[in-house]
Amino acid sequence: MSEALLKVDGVSKHFGGFTALSNVTTHVSQGERFGLIGPNGSGKTTMINCVSGLLRNEEGKIIFDGKDVTNLKPHKRTGAGIARSFQIPRPFHTMTVIENLMIPAEFVGHHRGEKVDDRAEAMEILETMGMAEKANDTTLDLTQIELRKLELARAMAAKPKLLISDEAMAGLTGQEVDEVIDILFKMNERGITIIMIEHIMRAVMRFSQRIICLDAGQLIAEGTPDEIVKNKDVERAYLGSDDDG
Amino acid sequence: MKYKFEIICLLLIVGLFALTQIVGNQFYFFIGFVILQYMVMAIAWNVLGGYGGYVNFGSAGFLATGAYTAVALINFLDVGLVEQMIAGGIIAGLLGLATGYLTLRLRGVYFAIATLALAIILETIVAHWDYVGGAAGTSILPKRKPELLGELIVDRKEGIFGNYKEFLFFLMGTVAIICVWISRYIENSKLGRGLNAIKDSEEAAECMGVPTMRLKLIATAISGGMMGVAGAPLASYLTFIDPLSAFNLEYAINAIAMPMIGGTVSWAGPVIGALLLGTAQQVSSLWIQSELNLLIVGVVLVVFVIIAPEGIIGWFRKSRKGSAR
Repeated sequence: MSEALLKVDGVSKHFGGFTALSNVTTHVSQGERFGLIGPNGSGKTTMINCVSGLLRNEEGKIIFDGKDVTNLKPHKRTGAGIARSFQIPRPFHTMTVIENLMIPAEFVGHHRGEKVDDRAEAMEILETMGMAEKANDTTLDLTQIELRKLELARAMAAKPKLLISDEAMAGLTGQEVDEVIDILFKMNERGITIIMIEHIMRAVMRFSQRIICLDAGQLIAEGTPDEIVKNKDVERAYLGSDDDG
Repeated sequence: MKYKFEIICLLLIVGLFALTQIVGNQFYFFIGFVILQYMVMAIAWNVLGGYGGYVNFGSAGFLATGAYTAVALINFLDVGLVEQMIAGGIIAGLLGLATGYLTLRLRGVYFAIATLALAIILETIVAHWDYVGGAAGTSILPKRKPELLGELIVDRKEGIFGNYKEFLFFLMGTVAIICVWISRYIENSKLGRGLNAIKDSEEAAECMGVPTMRLKLIATAISGGMMGVAGAPLASYLTFIDPLSAFNLEYAINAIAMPMIGGTVSWAGPVIGALLLGTAQQVSSLWIQSELNLLIVGVVLVVFVIIAPEGIIGWFRKSRKGSAR
């Protein structure tokens, strides 16, 4: 595996007296498919919010692409190459589907000074998602799976090096889950590093090359899908141990 | 044609000027000024409230900032109206920037409360500031034979305008047209699209590369500046000013109600809203009963919230879409 694209170094986050993340250290390599699992409330989304910048971690550093981004605002991090989707879709609901994609295309502005057709590029992204026919619909007319795809498509329009997919599959049917996994595989083949946060084990295990598991804000396991499945700590975190009761 | 809209704007300004030369009845300029002033307030409110989704309840505070900047300047330097308006715009714009910096971390109803508090704080300060009249107010006598760039502007015989009412009407009309142009420009610019994204989902906008704080600050500064310009001539118009008239809640309410009725998504919304509501208010308060105008705002607003929550513009767009299908 080549060098690390993202390094999370001793990151802690507290909400008042509650410790949501406690000294988490890990890394994601260039081009990797990385899985992040853990029971409800274990700190997955907190960690992703710290990486994308919506939350500031009190301790530790976040290094992306060789640069310390710990104190950067989210939009600066997006400019540096981190894009994310949201667990509960947050489309720009007064805009059409394609206009949703034009926002990151315009504001991240990888083409400053060049003449590039943002609309054509956005259309291309929608085509790979199978959403081309919906381009001019308002987001209010979309179904659940289309909203999830829009979240991913909009993140792609920011031209990220790292894409964070926050539970893009929750609530979807088996077939729809496969469809989303295929999309993520396609993105990865284009060289985009992907962090997948997911509760659907079948999806994470199939997709990820390496997985970490959080429990109560602490990193309890790290390894390949096979190793994670056999890990006693992970089993205890999800199911509880015999000793507990 | 590329500059079609700009040419229409210029023609409108020429038209306003022609009106001041042709129409003899000063009464029309007297009420026309009020409607145009409300129009500027509505357009200004819509830059932050309509495009960005941040509801400002303290519009009267920005207007009064412009008005009292003008009063202070008259007392201190005895400058002309145009200079007063420019200064009022700059000071209120800076105030917008400062309050934006302090309050824009708040969202929704909390932001609205903070802006309302701002207006109350400013009113208290002005009421205790004797240099500009304090709580009792002060009279402003318009300058006799004012000049601008060497031209005699207001004089019954030799001036460009026969009297102050005509001059004030023309000035406010010109400001309104410039504000229309600015808000239309913003609507079709990167700033406007960014503000729309903020309105829809601020966190998503930030994560999609939109510098949300910077755009919101630019919007509050522009919005505040426009309100300041609208407020600067108030003292000259009334020839008297006190905190009660400058910080009148009617300004804040109309600045919200007019864009809501016209439609907040487009620059035309506040213009239509101000023309309809402003005219209805003036007509009713002059010919029927002076207290009726606030009742009208209330009733019209309730009706619109129920029948056309997206205003007249939204209602037209929807019905056009419906017939197309």
